[in-house]
Amino acid sequence: MTDSSLAELSNTLFSVSVALYSLALVAFCAELAFGRRRERAQESVGAAAGGGGGVALADRPAAPEVPAETARGNRWGLVALGVTVLGALTHAGVLLTRGLAADRLPWGNMYEFATAVVLVAVVAFVAFAVRSPGLRHIGVFMMAPVILSLVAIGLGLYTEAAPVVAALRSYWLAIHVTAAILGFGIFMVSGIASVLYLVRSRPGAESGTGFVSRLPSAAALDRLAHRTAVFGFPIWTFAVIAGAIWAEAAWGRFWGWDPKETWSFVAWVVYAAYLHARTTAGWRGRPAAWVNVVGLAVMIFNLTFVNMVSTGLHSYAGLD
Amino acid sequence: MSTAAPARPATPPSPQSKPSAGRRVGGFLLRSWRRLTAMRTAIILLFLLALAAVPGSLLPQRSLSQTNVNGYFADHPDLAPVLDDLYLFDVFSSPWFAAIYLLLFISLIGCVLPRAAEHFRSLRTPPPAAPRNLLRLPDSGRLESPLEPAAALDAIEEELRVRRFRVVRRDGVRGPEVSAEKGYLKETGNLLFHLSLLALLLGLAGGKMWGYEGSILVTEGQGFCNSFQQYDTYSQGPLVDSGDLSSMCVDLDQFRAEYEENLTASSFTADIRYGDPQGEERKTTIGVNEPLRIDGDRVYVTGHGFSPTFSVELPDGTAFTDVSAPFLPTDQRTLASEGALKLPDLGAGQDDQLALEGFFAPTGLMQGGVLTSVDPRPLAPQVAVIAYRGYLGLDSGLPQSVYSLDQSQIERGRLTEVGAANLSVGESLELPDGTRVTFSGYKEFAALQYSHDPGQLWVLAASIALLGGLLGLLLLRRERVFARAEPLPGRGGTVLTLASLTRGGGESGSRFTALSDELQGALTEAASRTAPSDPEVSPRD
Ligand code: HEM
Repeated sequence: MTDSSLAELSNTLFSVSVALYSLALVAFCAELAFGRRRERAQESVGAAAGGGGGVALADRPAAPEVPAETARGNRWGLVALGVTVLGALTHAGVLLTRGLAADRLPWGNMYEFATAVVLVAVVAFVAFAVRSPGLRHIGVFMMAPVILSLVAIGLGLYTEAAPVVAALRSYWLAIHVTAAILGFGIFMVSGIASVLYLVRSRPGAESGTGFVSRLPSAAALDRLAHRTAVFGFPIWTFAVIAGAIWAEAAWGRFWGWDPKETWSFVAWVVYAAYLHARTTAGWRGRPAAWVNVVGLAVMIFNLTFVNMVSTGLHSYAGLD
Repeated sequence: MSTAAPARPATPPSPQSKPSAGRRVGGFLLRSWRRLTAMRTAIILLFLLALAAVPGSLLPQRSLSQTNVNGYFADHPDLAPVLDDLYLFDVFSSPWFAAIYLLLFISLIGCVLPRAAEHFRSLRTPPPAAPRNLLRLPDSGRLESPLEPAAALDAIEEELRVRRFRVVRRDGVRGPEVSAEKGYLKETGNLLFHLSLLALLLGLAGGKMWGYEGSILVTEGQGFCNSFQQYDTYSQGPLVDSGDLSSMCVDLDQFRAEYEENLTASSFTADIRYGDPQGEERKTTIGVNEPLRIDGDRVYVTGHGFSPTFSVELPDGTAFTDVSAPFLPTDQRTLASEGALKLPDLGAGQDDQLALEGFFAPTGLMQGGVLTSVDPRPLAPQVAVIAYRGYLGLDSGLPQSVYSLDQSQIERGRLTEVGAANLSVGESLELPDGTRVTFSGYKEFAALQYSHDPGQLWVLAASIALLGGLLGLLLLRRERVFARAEPLPGRGGTVLTLASLTRGGGESGSRFTALSDELQGALTEAASRTAPSDPEVSPRD
């Protein structure tokens, strides 16, 4: 049933991906180190005047945020991005070979799910970094959590390639879980951007000289966090709805406050609150960013604690 | 009270101007209403709802597992009753959860309905007049044209209409102007989203009120009918009248479980016959992920297990052939199961009843004298049973589990052990009085669930609308463009002030630049059409 040499290859590719991402991390570091300190940019985030209604009709675009950088820094940045893309390819290979080995979609357990989430995060980051090169500067802070997550996944969640239980044999696995993976991966980028925004928008960060001052401007980070959240939110909404439709067929009710359902709902609410907070007077800027960070924390809690500690119906959960 | 109080400087003076009590109450209600229906309140309520759900996921819930709740009571005898008083084992049906839910509902109504009305009106009113100082808007600029103001505005208006803006032309104090708007769908999406949220909450509540659910273990060859008396456990909404249950009976013909090589269960299917007891009977197969759906009711397979069968032959020749009872799996991987078979009617009176309590292994293996199960498939079924004789306590008035014996009868000595054995299929245990108990085989049972949720389709429709609204709300852009034409002092021609306001959709600056470039293009083209001979067409800057 399971092809062991393919499964073996999948494991090798996992290590190769981690190695490539680590190389990319080093190159991103070099980019930051050699890139000239950017000029101080005019920033208006957090200071936007709030009307009584709380919804501003217009978002004033910030001035272009591409930091002035040296050719050398730029070269390192391109190398870093290239290596990241290579890493993403082998990373996709991990899942592909897994799927072939087990002869099913490669997201039937936590190990595979989490691996796929991280892949989505990397791809989303690369897509943004290609479109706005200024965002490449957050590469270090993207790749570091990516590598840490992968190491944690490899050590803590690893499971042999195997067939899935009867309840998971449904096309809803493809629909619901794929949506959940996409949403989660994109929220991961969003959450990291908000963390960086919180660091960047601290009073005094602007005059600092360390790595912080080489990050994209606070406004650019805030915009990245918001745009990714806007992208991820409908996908997550769809994932929850698809989950409910599947639950109706598999468990006899579409919503039963099973722990996993409950926490998915909590995450959904937190992200809805984040989107609202960004258009609510008094909540823009740092408070909203905190809400987004809480959102990511809830997503991670839902993946880890809820799967491993509480017992629900999700046969997905558990590590055996 | 207030007369006795010392004069406080902070209190507003002049009691004459105090509004009447009625108006004060009215004012208070109005303020409370406004506060409740503010968007921020809705978000806070939503947050509260999420927060309230948290204990429901961390503490065992009766709705999910009564056994776990009992376990929690046993482990925390002091804490559990306190938590129970706070409804923490029934979070999702607790009054405080309902209160948050209800407040959120009202808040949403209060904030969404007026907006919907306003949006409806704005759909039928032209775009608003241009603000006085257009250059103060975030995206604004000037264009010049050799055309007359009216002709230049014509060109702009035409171009905006091509771009699907709704356009009105007005004569303002500072000259003719154009207001254009597009993206009404964004607001429509917004309203659809928020209204769907309301509909979804309604559907959920309705389903809870009028829905019910019953579970029962059915051994092959047996069946049940849809009534609360028959179910092992059931739950019903407060508005369900047990007389209204749809009349439906289900019989289980055969149950099949299939496994992969590594014993992962790959499919469970149950062949059933179902139908109205008065009507015709139909056959179908249901399984995991594939319930039976009939007129708003559904029948699910939620689990399975084995019912070992026994034949009991009394010394006087009376025989009970192939009697069985479901044994509940205690280990899902090997389907090791425990249960009890009660035979109250041996014909010898209340104090001479027989019961078998024990352990069933679909594939048994003796390990150190203890029977264990090593495989969920019934490859070598074995049982380890203890036979009891005496009073079972079935009519003692206290409810007892059908899956185990009443321990208190054993402790009291009214039910005594009379024999024990490990048996393979066909083997017998002979009791001291000559009664022979034969393990004659097994049947499979299916755990079936009968569900009725009238809100379900409604909730599905609301969720789809919600998602559609959300996509419209997040992806569309609402844009207003204003243009004002003023004659260029001196040589004729026009200076156009252009401005736009955008809601949603990221960088508006670059889009505004693109738009003004195209409008400039349209002006140039119009100018070349009307005055091809004029040498001075090129705009100055
Ligand atoms: C009093 C109740 C509410 C009011 C007045 C309200 C109002 C609004 C408004 C005006 C927007 C559009 C913001 C914009 O166009 O930029 C919006 C967006 C949104 N609302 Fe609400 N809302 C309410 C309750 C809720 C609730 C309970 C949820 C639950 C999830 C919710 C979820 C959303 C989402 C996800 C968005 C999209 C945010 C975005 O545009 O980025 N709203 N709401």
